[in-house]
Amino acid sequence: MVEQPLRGCHDLGGLPAGPVDRGEHDYAEWERRVDAMAVLLGWKKLLTVDQRRRNIEALPPQAYAALAYYERWVVALGQSLIQRGLITTAELARKMKEVENRA
Amino acid sequence: MPEPLFRPGERVRVLKAYPLGHVRTPFYIRGCTGVVERLCGAFPNPEELAQMRDGLPPQPLYRVRFLQKDVWPDYANANDVLEVEIYQHWLEKT
Repeated sequence: MVEQPLRGCHDLGGLPAGPVDRGEHDYAEWERRVDAMAVLLGWKKLLTVDQRRRNIEALPPQAYAALAYYERWVVALGQSLIQRGLITTAELARKMKEVENRA
Repeated sequence: MPEPLFRPGERVRVLKAYPLGHVRTPFYIRGCTGVVERLCGAFPNPEELAQMRDGLPPQPLYRVRFLQKDVWPDYANANDVLEVEIYQHWLEKT
């Protein structure tokens, strides 16, 4: 048994924290694309908000803290597509390598 | 929609449970007691949707009002409240 009940690293309510940054900022093109992808997958009944949330919450705490908002979305979308059998891990790995080599 | 088990004004306690998976009940409110403020409707269970199932039948969702002093150990103002929307399967009668 764990002594501390399991608390997800995303579930921060009530923990000490600094002030909230209320500044507005524009979105990068890739962030808009990620958002559009999530909306499209939702329309096609291939993704729910809850599956996306589940996969974001399943990130290791270090990764959760290090990744930006839409970076978490990218990981969660990839994971969701693998879970639904729409892509394979190998296909994703190959594509990531291909994109990396573009630079 | 399944018959709602609770009515506005009824006292309810949030389950003090820590399951795995995607859960919409915040950690800090588990185990706390409050009063049903309203029934918000019924929605497919997000815990099931998160696992690629249909989440049916829809679960009644309530807005539950808590006294802040009942939630936080050293809260000063006795009248301040906090409202959280919680699915029926996370609530029990007190």
